[in-house]
Amino acid sequence: MDAIVVENIVKRFGSVEALRGVSFRVRRGEIFGLLGPNGAGKTTLIRTLLGLLRPAEGRVRIFDMDLERHPEAVHRFVGWVPQERAMDPFLTGRENLLFVAGLHHIPAREARDRVDGLLELVELTGAADRITRGYSGGMRRRLQLAMGLVHRPKVLLLDEPSLGLDVQTRRRMWWLIEKLRAGGTTVLITTHYLDEADALCDRVAIIEQGEIRGLDTPDALKQRYGGPPLLVLEWGEPGAHGRRQLIDSLKALPGVREVAERAGGVWVRGDDVVAVTRAVLAECERWGVTPARLSVRQPTLDDVFLAMTGASLKESTEEMSA
Amino acid sequence: MMHTFLLENRAMWMRWYARMRRDLFSLVATLLQPVLWLVLFGSSLQNMVRGTVPGGDYLSFMTAAAFVMTVFNGGLNGGLELMFDRESGFFDRLLATPMHRVSFVTGRFSFVLAVTVAQGLLIIATAYILGVRYATGLAGIALTLVVGGLLGAAVTTVSIILAFVLRHHGQFFSIIAIVSLPVLFLSSALAPLDAMPGWLAAVARLNPLTHAIEAIRTLVIVGWDAGVLLQMGGLLAGVDALLLWLAARVLRRRLA
Repeated sequence: MDAIVVENIVKRFGSVEALRGVSFRVRRGEIFGLLGPNGAGKTTLIRTLLGLLRPAEGRVRIFDMDLERHPEAVHRFVGWVPQERAMDPFLTGRENLLFVAGLHHIPAREARDRVDGLLELVELTGAADRITRGYSGGMRRRLQLAMGLVHRPKVLLLDEPSLGLDVQTRRRMWWLIEKLRAGGTTVLITTHYLDEADALCDRVAIIEQGEIRGLDTPDALKQRYGGPPLLVLEWGEPGAHGRRQLIDSLKALPGVREVAERAGGVWVRGDDVVAVTRAVLAECERWGVTPARLSVRQPTLDDVFLAMTGASLKESTEEMSA
Repeated sequence: MMHTFLLENRAMWMRWYARMRRDLFSLVATLLQPVLWLVLFGSSLQNMVRGTVPGGDYLSFMTAAAFVMTVFNGGLNGGLELMFDRESGFFDRLLATPMHRVSFVTGRFSFVLAVTVAQGLLIIATAYILGVRYATGLAGIALTLVVGGLLGAAVTTVSIILAFVLRHHGQFFSIIAIVSLPVLFLSSALAPLDAMPGWLAAVARLNPLTHAIEAIRTLVIVGWDAGVLLQMGGLLAGVDALLLWLAARVLRRRLA
């Protein structure tokens, strides 16, 4: 039995189709990522899974319970860590947790014990009795995570878990999520960070304009859609002698699919990276060019995204936030 | 069902209480206005109006008004926090818990009611210090709190309806600013009904604030006048019933 089964969900806002027939399954115990730019429909999808939005078509099953017929399945099985600052800023961390525990009908004594444990888990014991208005971004995220765990859900929905966090704080967030999964919790995250999807997720669904464009493990996606590895050649010392000729001859090499000039170097993509490397080095010798560095870059999820949608996720994300 | 409902409302109370405890300033500020009315306005007009108001003593006459104002202000602002919760997205977060949706409203409603009535009691204590004595004694004070509860229920219900109907809190503040003073002046808070121009008295008689004031004023100044008390209490209960019905209609849609 899968943790979440989403079948052909369609959601419209007026004439805008936010979700156009989305289907996927989240297996038990995995970290599943929904990767896509802002506005792709990720949050709409999460809110549909929570029963906060009603889809026009399709259905959702959570641990084999149909959401339409059993809306309480969400409350029993699902924990939610929303994107917005969903806590009371005038309460302490502990009070926020006790409050949510009360709404989950956990008796006071048990709630106190659980809250102590959760504060420890997210490393907020020391700040537990401070007003959350003074919390840093990372502390807020961690408290929200704890708030989503109060009722011991089997599935955790995390909406952009590391949005706006610095590198160190993100790593800590990832570590926490890994730890939860190790404890048996199924995790569904949305993200528009490629490295997050890559580092954290067992499987990734790429979503754009309300549609799933591809779904697999990050490695499989990269192998299938990312194209061959990229040979990156960096010039190093100044002096353009022979470079022009080198580039032209590289373009004519058999097995080379793409040659792109970049600031400070050239990128070469070919089917067989070993053969291409040999040939490139031979051409360098022929034209008297000594590259400073030669490296192989494996395809990234951004390449996958580019191949699938014709747009770079990095760029489309920057556009959105610009 | 009853058990879980109580757990939820207990959690709501815990939340509102924790916030109130940290914001004693607001608590004092809401009390300050009616106390000032009582101390300054009441005292300054004390000699001028001596003998022209029922009971002859303006401070005694004003006690009911100050009490009612306290309840009115407290109740009118009561729904604001729910509006903020809706705006911030916290309300949605709460909807992802098994909470009965109505607990969101009942928790706030009961808390605001309790606080405003307690504030009203402080006003009565202030009046006592200033020399005001209830004609009906402690039982009259207890009944005053009941009347305050009836009025508070009406005003808080209106406030909660606004919190769900209005688009943002700016509109909420505008309405409070526009409504507060006229509602006060269109009641018998500052002058007896008999002393008002006919049209004003007619309007004031429809105002729930007047019903509460007349009932309490009778308890302070006159004594156990069952006729007035039953009539005013009945009117207030009627207003409550009407507003609760309206709230149920509005909230059924908004909480669905």
